[in-house]
Amino acid sequence: MTTTTETAPLRIADRELGSRLVMGTGGAPSLLGLERALIASGTELTTVAMRRVQTGGEQGVWALLERLGIHPLPNTAGCFTAREAVLTAQLAREACGTDWVKLEVVADDTTLLPDPIELVAAAEQLVADGFVVLAYTNDDPVLARRLEDLGCAAVMPLGAPIGSGLGVLNPRNIEAIAARASVPVVLDAGIGTASDAALAMELGCDAVLLATAVTRAADPERMAHAMRLAVEAGHVAAGAGRIPRRDHALASSSPDGRVDLDLAL
Amino acid sequence: MSTHRTSTTIGVKVNGVDRSLEPGATVTDVVAAVLPAAVDDAGRPRGVAVAVDEHVVPRPQWDSTILDDGAVVEIVSATPGG
Repeated sequence: MTTTTETAPLRIADRELGSRLVMGTGGAPSLLGLERALIASGTELTTVAMRRVQTGGEQGVWALLERLGIHPLPNTAGCFTAREAVLTAQLAREACGTDWVKLEVVADDTTLLPDPIELVAAAEQLVADGFVVLAYTNDDPVLARRLEDLGCAAVMPLGAPIGSGLGVLNPRNIEAIAARASVPVVLDAGIGTASDAALAMELGCDAVLLATAVTRAADPERMAHAMRLAVEAGHVAAGAGRIPRRDHALASSSPDGRVDLDLAL
Repeated sequence: MSTHRTSTTIGVKVNGVDRSLEPGATVTDVVAAVLPAAVDDAGRPRGVAVAVDEHVVPRPQWDSTILDDGAVVEIVSATPGG
């Protein structure tokens, strides 16, 4: 007998990924700790940011991803306008040798919420320029549909604001986005602990992207392992078909044939 | 403004910092000054990219791209994030 928990690989654009957990590298206190967490997570795709080099600086994270054989997913973190995001993506393509980009255009550095207007403008330009765009977006089904329609390879709605650890604040919207999307849906941002990641997958997401929940956990390596299990468990559970929620109890033991002692006083 | 300026250097801005360079300096020269390892071209991506005046300069063109006086150079690399 074989187990039936094997799952199909995640396919984004023309690439198959064996893991449905996409890791970020932000917030890690050390490269050694990050390396252990990345290995424990089982991730095959990991975000990096593009930043000005420091004189005499080192290329630590790049060398790390090369050594581990993990695909880099450069992001446009820190961009507030389409113009900034497009240039950052073009630099990332040159630096990392990949057309893939996690498109992130935020409205301000307090909420870090996506700016829908600039996001759509940037996505249109990058798709036209041949990029494989994975768009970080609000948990808005209409915006997610717009991004898909204009050619994004994946839509990545937030569970909660970046770094908040609040989990999935609007599960109904996430479920609605996942239900109608024909491109992969990656829940991105807001994950706090393993149950949040499992819930996202149970809601129908194809993958989960997280960073802070692991890199700032007390034990990142252990939390990365937990996230790996949670994403897999949630994915398998989603495919298994959960029972409906009921307002009243439903006995799981049959009432037939029960011992019926006449104890009437 | 002086009409007989005989400056022997040009001024460029590299990652937001003013630098003086010899006339004829290339992108390779300026990258070498900031991050020598990045010009060690092994024919594969090294996580580093350069834009001059908001246009990306592909690695094969670094040697032949001469910086103009007043050029704005951005040198970025992949760093932890996201």
